[in-house]
Amino acid sequence: MKAFLMYVGRDFDPQEPLPANATDLMQDLGLEVIFGAMSGGDPFLQEVAKNAVLSSLAEQGEILYRQQILIDAMANPEVVRGLYDLAVEAIEREKHIWGWMTTRYPNELLHRSVEVMELFADRLSRLRRIADEHGPRFQSTGFCRFFAMLRTELDDEYLRRVRDHLARLAFRGGVLMSADLGPENKGVDYVLRKPPDARGGWLARLQEWVSHLGEEPQEAYTYEVAERDEAGFNALSELKSEGIAPVAAALAQSTDHILSFFKMLRLELAFYAGCLNLRDRLTAKGEPICIPKPANLGETVLSGRGLYDPALSLSMESRVVPNDVDANGKELVIITGANRGGKSTLLRGLGLAQLMMQCGMFVPAESFRATVCSALFTHFKREEDSGMKSGKLDEELARMSAIVDRLTPHCLVVLNESFASTNEREGSEIGRQIVRALLASQIRVYYVTHMYDLARGFFAECLSSALFLRAERLADGERTFRLTEGEPLPTSFGEDLYRLVFAQPTQAATPASSGATSAT
Amino acid sequence: MTAPDPMTTKGAADSEPAAIAADRFESILFPNRQSPAEIDSLRQPECFSDLNLDQVVETATAGRGEYTLQPFFFATSRDPATIYYRHDVFRDLDNPAAGNCVRVFATAMQELRGHLAQAGKHYYTLQKQRCFLDAVDVYCRALRRLADELATTALQSEGLNRLRKYLADTFAARDFRDMESEAGKLIDALGQVRYALLIDGKRITVRRYEPEPDYGADVLETFEKFRQGSSKEYRFDFRFNAEMNHVEAAILDRVARLYPEVFSALADYCSHHADFLDPVIARFDREVQFYLAWIEYAQRFKDEELSFCYPAVSDQARAVFANEAFDLALAEKLRVDKSSKAIVTNDFSLTGMERIIVITGPNQGGKTTFARMFGQLHYLASLGCPVPAKEASLFLWDRLCTHFEKEENVDDLTGKLEDELLRIHGILESATSDSILIMNESFLSTTLNDALFLSRKVMEQIVKLDILCVSVTFLDELSSMSRSTVSMVATVDPIVPSRRTFKVIRRPADGLAYAVAIAEKYRLTHHDVKARISRNAGEGRA
Repeated sequence: MKAFLMYVGRDFDPQEPLPANATDLMQDLGLEVIFGAMSGGDPFLQEVAKNAVLSSLAEQGEILYRQQILIDAMANPEVVRGLYDLAVEAIEREKHIWGWMTTRYPNELLHRSVEVMELFADRLSRLRRIADEHGPRFQSTGFCRFFAMLRTELDDEYLRRVRDHLARLAFRGGVLMSADLGPENKGVDYVLRKPPDARGGWLARLQEWVSHLGEEPQEAYTYEVAERDEAGFNALSELKSEGIAPVAAALAQSTDHILSFFKMLRLELAFYAGCLNLRDRLTAKGEPICIPKPANLGETVLSGRGLYDPALSLSMESRVVPNDVDANGKELVIITGANRGGKSTLLRGLGLAQLMMQCGMFVPAESFRATVCSALFTHFKREEDSGMKSGKLDEELARMSAIVDRLTPHCLVVLNESFASTNEREGSEIGRQIVRALLASQIRVYYVTHMYDLARGFFAECLSSALFLRAERLADGERTFRLTEGEPLPTSFGEDLYRLVFAQPTQAATPASSGATSAT
Repeated sequence: MTAPDPMTTKGAADSEPAAIAADRFESILFPNRQSPAEIDSLRQPECFSDLNLDQVVETATAGRGEYTLQPFFFATSRDPATIYYRHDVFRDLDNPAAGNCVRVFATAMQELRGHLAQAGKHYYTLQKQRCFLDAVDVYCRALRRLADELATTALQSEGLNRLRKYLADTFAARDFRDMESEAGKLIDALGQVRYALLIDGKRITVRRYEPEPDYGADVLETFEKFRQGSSKEYRFDFRFNAEMNHVEAAILDRVARLYPEVFSALADYCSHHADFLDPVIARFDREVQFYLAWIEYAQRFKDEELSFCYPAVSDQARAVFANEAFDLALAEKLRVDKSSKAIVTNDFSLTGMERIIVITGPNQGGKTTFARMFGQLHYLASLGCPVPAKEASLFLWDRLCTHFEKEENVDDLTGKLEDELLRIHGILESATSDSILIMNESFLSTTLNDALFLSRKVMEQIVKLDILCVSVTFLDELSSMSRSTVSMVATVDPIVPSRRTFKVIRRPADGLAYAVAIAEKYRLTHHDVKARISRNAGEGRA
């Protein structure tokens, strides 16, 4: 029995190593925020979201398979969450029953396996009922197959047979052993002694034992576990089981198989549950989402309405300023303009939309179409390398070189202020050489830069496959966070900022404490 | 280099009760007896990560997490007497004889804490009591051994001499000696206890142990003939777990009834010696680790032929210098990587009016490393630690400020340049002429013209403040802005210009940068990139 809700005929494997660019993508695109929203506080959902989003699908067909399932999930959120909760409940309850003593005490393992099997039998029946009741409303290939499988494999006859087995399993016995007082006054070195005769009441057995070896009755004290004291009985069982080693293994193994089915089900539904969480967060603040249209490698497509950076939106109260992008047929998009004008935000929005599309998710836009890329790479400017092996430019170039190691045609490379850690003339030259080589290798490039020399150079070439966007700055100096098509301009606006910052008194909250203060 | 210690002269007045009290051992780190009460609430200074001091402290304190030594690395001082008190203790403990006494003591104290932690975790009194007993036993033996070993060791520092005296006073007390001997007797008695159990239905019966045959062995032998090749899915380990459930506790209670004398003696002992741990000793145990951590940390560099020294310090003179100094974090990294690169040391010296070092030169030439080294030396000096240099004279500052580029933060809605300006503005507002400022490549996130404009404006203010400053920049213009400015340049090999020497020396800025050569080194020229991608594509198809 397999869920197959992530791939056609294949399990989702979260153990598969993340692609080598995963760390960069996480950091550069602010994915923690997205995963956080998908998790809704559940670390498991977060982990699955991370794995699924970062392991991009390369085939249009694979993307569409998940999109269909996601559409079903968005239309029936309560059913999908119900299935997820059922799987979680089965797993969690199983864990709860496990306790900490089972692997040490076979007697407990037997008890436990019986209990687990009862639990699972009940959840399997409920799965069947969900399939009967809600299955017909689902339309995606993935869900239709899944529900049909449940109805066939878990028919009434099968479920009855399982219960019959469980009813037959029981356990009895009384045990005698010796012990020493070990470290921390704990009993140690339990050794099984010949058990007393099992006939007669417990008192008769006790008297026989007490007088077993000596002539005179020995001093002895009895403890009785209270009727409702489940933990007490577990403890008893634990003490007893030292001699009864291999009995419980077979049943335990069967429960393990069923458990792994629930785990896989949970894992694969977790992705969709995460998508539902993110959808709820975004729609609650009025942000649009849409199912994107992936285009095949052959055509160069990038167009979006109302595109925004969901990581940014989720980290602020109000909605963010969306942007429209029309870059069909464009291999190079260069974004320039005012500091703090929304350049990086748009770049992240584009990167995120691409990444989300490629794992089968909805995207943060009113509409979005883009060519499927074989892999997405980000190269953002970083803080001084704390590894200190290299200077900043070395660090940047080493990172770029590592990207080039993995680049193939039809990749997408997103650059943010890259190669700006040396002076502008040299940075531009390096950037120019690399970008030209990428374009010549059928790789699309989105590049935010303030290096006028670089941007101007490409603009002057009048390439039909290049698009130039500029952060808008109104006549009064105000920034709109909208980006419009426009040629690169020669200056940034540092002087304005200087006057603004150094004219105002320091606020208590500004980083005045940027240092160590010595005790005097 | 050691300053006259006022405490040494006071020792002469031993006979007066007041003088004895003043001389009593309190702290191995804080000679004036008051530790800042808030030491554990100190936060990591912001300059830490910029100077890689976070790495230095993390490495230096590695394996000593239980002592929470970090706050001591945050508690800098401008008091030369405190600095010199610590220098003396460092010198004593750097002698292996004394250092090892303290290490042995520390190990025993760890064992003691292990027992106490267990006692705290346990729910059942009889278990708590046993752990407590073990703790006291370990404690008594640890103190004895420390005192015995220190008695035969030559000690120069006031701090350790006071401790030696303090221990002698402790043993002279009757209470301590009783506590010590009773512990040993009780431990022996408990070791003798054995018992037997009958588990039947819901009942467990406990009695004294009588010899009976091992029934388990009997059963195993009976079924031995059925054993097959192992099927490994489920195996049962009956490992020792100190935790008890209430049934085991009930059993133990009944064992205690079978052996009443032993267990009542145990209970009495615990209630009588609840406060066995002397807070002065506990504090010493923690604080002395600061010294050991640093000594062991420094030793790894001394093994590589690098020097540490006790710097002269002053809270007045701004004429600072250091010879053969190095960046600890980088040195550690090269050491761990077993890099063939030797660790390069550098010198600096500011005299007269000189306050500002402007460093220029090629990328990856050691500029930032030099700036960090300057900051690290001054920070460590204010902790009383030996510093990574052959000799040094350093300034005791009131604020050590750093301005390094910050990583872009998605949650931060302020633009990068504005953020940088806000930070430098904040720093300049709060700095005094007793501060130190270290700037690394400011204003990279804007155009060349903007960067020049902004850097000049900021440098003018730094000159006016008259503070010690190191500024790393690619703007040669900054290196000759004022008479208090000293230009230093990261140098390259004159024969092979792409080879860095990592030596930063005093001379006028020469405007060389080597970015495109570096691009070649990384095979990122236009030609290289195209060739590499086409090779990748070929492999993909193959």
